[in-house]
Amino acid sequence: MPKDGGIGASVVRREDTRFLKGKGRYTDDMNRPGQTYAYILRSSLAHATLNNVDTAAASAAPGVIRVFTGEDITAAGLGGVPCGWQITDKHGDPMKEPLHPILAVGKVRHVGDPIAVVVAETYEQARDAAELIDVDMTDLPAVVNMRTAETSGHQVHEEAPDNVCYDWELGDKEGTDAAFANAHHITTLEFINNRLVANPMEPRCALGDYDENDEHYTLYTTSQNPHVIRLLMGAFVLNIPEHKLRVYAPDVGGGFGSKIYHYAEEAFVTWASKQIRRPVKWTADRSEAFISDAHGRDHVTKAELAMDAEGKFLGLRADTYANMGAYLSTFAPCVPTWLHATLLAGQYTTPMVHARVRAMFTNTVPVDAYRGAGRPEATYLLERIINKAAQEIGLDQAEIRRRNFIRTFPYDTPVALQYDTGDYDATLNAVMETADYAGFEARRAEAASRGKLRGIGLSCYIEACGIAPSALVGALGARAGLYEAATIRVNPTGSVSVMTGAHSHGQGHETTFAQVVSDALGIPADQIEIIHGDTDKIPFGMGTYGSRSLAVGGSAIVKAVDKVVAKGKKIAAHLLEAAESDIIFEDGQYKVAGTDKAKAFAEISLAAYVPHNYPIDEIEPGLEETAFYDPKNFTYPAGSYLCEVEVDPETGKVEIVAMTASDDFGNIVNPMIVEGQVHGGLAQGIGQALLENCAYDEHGQLVSGSFMDYAMPLAVDLPNFVVETVEGTPCTHNPLGVKGCGEAGAIGSPPALINAVVDAIKGYGIDHIDMPATSLNVWTTIQNASAKQAAE
Amino acid sequence: MYAFDLARPADLAGAVATLQTEGAQALGGGQTLIPVLKQRLSQPSVLVDLSGIDSMKGIRRAGEFLIIGGGTTHGTVAGSAEVASSIPAITALASKIGDPQVRNRGTIGGSVANNDPAACYPSAVMALGATVETNKREIAAEEFFQGLYTTSLEEGEIVTAVKFPIPVAATYQKFEQPASRFSLTSVFLAKMGDGSVRVGVTGAGADGVFRHAGLEAALSSDFSAAAVDGVSVDAAMMSNDLHATPEYRAHLVKVMTKRAVAALS
Repeated sequence: MPKDGGIGASVVRREDTRFLKGKGRYTDDMNRPGQTYAYILRSSLAHATLNNVDTAAASAAPGVIRVFTGEDITAAGLGGVPCGWQITDKHGDPMKEPLHPILAVGKVRHVGDPIAVVVAETYEQARDAAELIDVDMTDLPAVVNMRTAETSGHQVHEEAPDNVCYDWELGDKEGTDAAFANAHHITTLEFINNRLVANPMEPRCALGDYDENDEHYTLYTTSQNPHVIRLLMGAFVLNIPEHKLRVYAPDVGGGFGSKIYHYAEEAFVTWASKQIRRPVKWTADRSEAFISDAHGRDHVTKAELAMDAEGKFLGLRADTYANMGAYLSTFAPCVPTWLHATLLAGQYTTPMVHARVRAMFTNTVPVDAYRGAGRPEATYLLERIINKAAQEIGLDQAEIRRRNFIRTFPYDTPVALQYDTGDYDATLNAVMETADYAGFEARRAEAASRGKLRGIGLSCYIEACGIAPSALVGALGARAGLYEAATIRVNPTGSVSVMTGAHSHGQGHETTFAQVVSDALGIPADQIEIIHGDTDKIPFGMGTYGSRSLAVGGSAIVKAVDKVVAKGKKIAAHLLEAAESDIIFEDGQYKVAGTDKAKAFAEISLAAYVPHNYPIDEIEPGLEETAFYDPKNFTYPAGSYLCEVEVDPETGKVEIVAMTASDDFGNIVNPMIVEGQVHGGLAQGIGQALLENCAYDEHGQLVSGSFMDYAMPLAVDLPNFVVETVEGTPCTHNPLGVKGCGEAGAIGSPPALINAVVDAIKGYGIDHIDMPATSLNVWTTIQNASAKQAAE
Repeated sequence: MYAFDLARPADLAGAVATLQTEGAQALGGGQTLIPVLKQRLSQPSVLVDLSGIDSMKGIRRAGEFLIIGGGTTHGTVAGSAEVASSIPAITALASKIGDPQVRNRGTIGGSVANNDPAACYPSAVMALGATVETNKREIAAEEFFQGLYTTSLEEGEIVTAVKFPIPVAATYQKFEQPASRFSLTSVFLAKMGDGSVRVGVTGAGADGVFRHAGLEAALSSDFSAAAVDGVSVDAAMMSNDLHATPEYRAHLVKVMTKRAVAALS
């Protein structure tokens, strides 16, 4: 077969043909006969009693079909938006899990909380009518600051009197305390991990279509995991059995986590379509996305690192407040716990780690996973405090890491994970050489001659991808399995349709998965079609997030291909009049070992569907196989990133002059797509570290609620990235040996950038700056430090 | 947006007449107005699109003045050889407004009439002592800008052109707001034929664009960074938001002015 189309080849992305021509098929491109439009009236207040919602005038407005309020939802007996993960707190009690209503009832709890929905013949009519809804609200004091939420005296939910969702811990507290008692040096760092808005290019959209003839529902939606939506919405909200509900997520224009979750709008349009017997479409505009998409990150942490005299880590403590927002989004509770605290060993042999996490309700938009989900927060914690420690004890930032690297595998961390494999020296050595770490001081001096402060920052991350096994995550509170499914349908003339439970919303699965199948079956990639996103077509799969698609979904494909090949061998043995054990399959040919007798893949598939001469007593006709793959463990990609910045001390402006990434992703199917994934992750990580600041005022109003105030990274803000992958350590437990690459850039880059900024301005006595390192932030930090220095 | 009627007059007289309609609103390039309409923050009865009026477009040199028609886009200004040879600082200013889409639609007339406190053009109009020409009269820059989003334009009055005196030298030093990429604090500095130095500041002032008398006096007598250092810029007159404190803006006024001095030295 043509190896240039198989594993390891930088095949150009086939899906880009339609994307680049503007021919993508997105949810908002879907239109159904008789379609109506929903406009959602959302709360302008962060916290208020909902006294009355008068819809009389709106109901009589031109084109209006029906106006719905929370009372209609309650009367219909619908469930709330479910949470997919239950955390058990440190006392053994379940987390507080208040109702998350489809439409607000009694109270609104954040700016953007939906109050009523107008369904009309046109979008404009629905929006016009919404202005006629008279909402009588009594403003309540908003709980905005998660650090003071416990003692604020105000409750987001009655069920959580101190606004604590859960108080959770992981690790050996006594052992960690003992390690600190014996420490030679303790470094302390208090910091925030700034709140972010995902802002995928395509805003969310949902179209519900009820067919009364078949009593069947279809939901077209912007989702990363249509089967998860079908399960959660069907079972927990609308009580629709799976066979009567199709969820289709066609092309999706970016997700970054924010389209994992089941949102109220999806349930609403599906239900409302039945109420009015017409399709109902809702499409968010950008302003609406800011106040209704789940936000990301938003931690406040105090961390402490205990070391011996040689800089060897003895123990780590982390005490984190994590903002849940006003309601629990689908996977919110697991992000600061099982996806965060479990990563606090990082690449290091720290023997004792203890983490405490308090998840807080506030009158803000719900917060959930965003590219990296907990692992960027953990990496930032570790990689920042390590650099502060190095600064305090006078060790080079690379050297302190080398003294603590894990070098024997498998390795059991003190925070519940077992790393199967890795080579952290390899990526550190590679990045230091590529980025010319040794030559940095000369570059610093040259920059100084131009009046610029140059700094270099290192970050060595590890992440846990392909969340699994199902039995483990179930024990940790997941209310779903985390396997993946694939069906390989070999067509009679030998072309192949692959139905995958993974969902592509920018990742390039249609190309990568075809390469995997091409490699395994020895047929050209253009004979292979990848089908995803439609619950009527694909096996029950869990979708795409957590860099899981290739490691878990790709492995399911391999397992299904193996079954196809095994059956093909039986057919070939019959046709070639040989023993099945003598049949080998290579380069797209079934061969009798040691002879020149062979049958092509397509000949076997034709025989399977035209079984005239066929072992019909032994096997069924046809050639279609399904596999479900449940991994044995997470995968553990890791790498080292070096960032160089120049700070203008007069303005505080940070310019990134170099960003070098060295990653170990194990085996790589398409190097070009992997590089692109790292580029995208770097852009988002740099956005977090340098620009993006989701800010609420004390009344719970979103100050940065548009692109006029929420700074997204532009190409001009970014350097030319240098991205390399080392000769990797393949994952030991999946058939492809792959690890996952989608989140690495967003995980590794923020601490590298902030470490570089701190390195640049450390001459002022500065040892930390919070993200984002905006010009204002850097200038103010320098001013305050200079004033302090002057006073001393 | 709410429904409105759209008028596309072919000449100025037609535009002026249509603007007499109750609730009528002039539309330049729409780079501010269209987003405002989309957010339903404005509800005009008639939108009077000025883009079909050819007499309001174009760039010409008239003696010691550069005259830019009110309907001329930023892109046209940025690409104009006449502008580049007369006042290259305006070329630089126009070429940094927004992105190519914005520059291909937005107009100088729309920009000055809107008087956004973070817009670029008002700083040049002020620093150069330009005259704003309308269908009724000529208005000196100092008279034209009246604070945030406020000008001395009367109801229905249209900016037909901006007439810039040609300076000896000028420069525009822009420091961008990180999200909108508008001016956070930018300085347009001009050396005029009479030996005076004029400093227009946009993005920073709590009341919008302004000239800084202290900086102008200091630089008129001593055109150096040291002269800027000796001037006090009052934070109390600066605006405050998520992106900059008044103190930071006051500081940036001096930094950008020094960079302007360096650029012309």
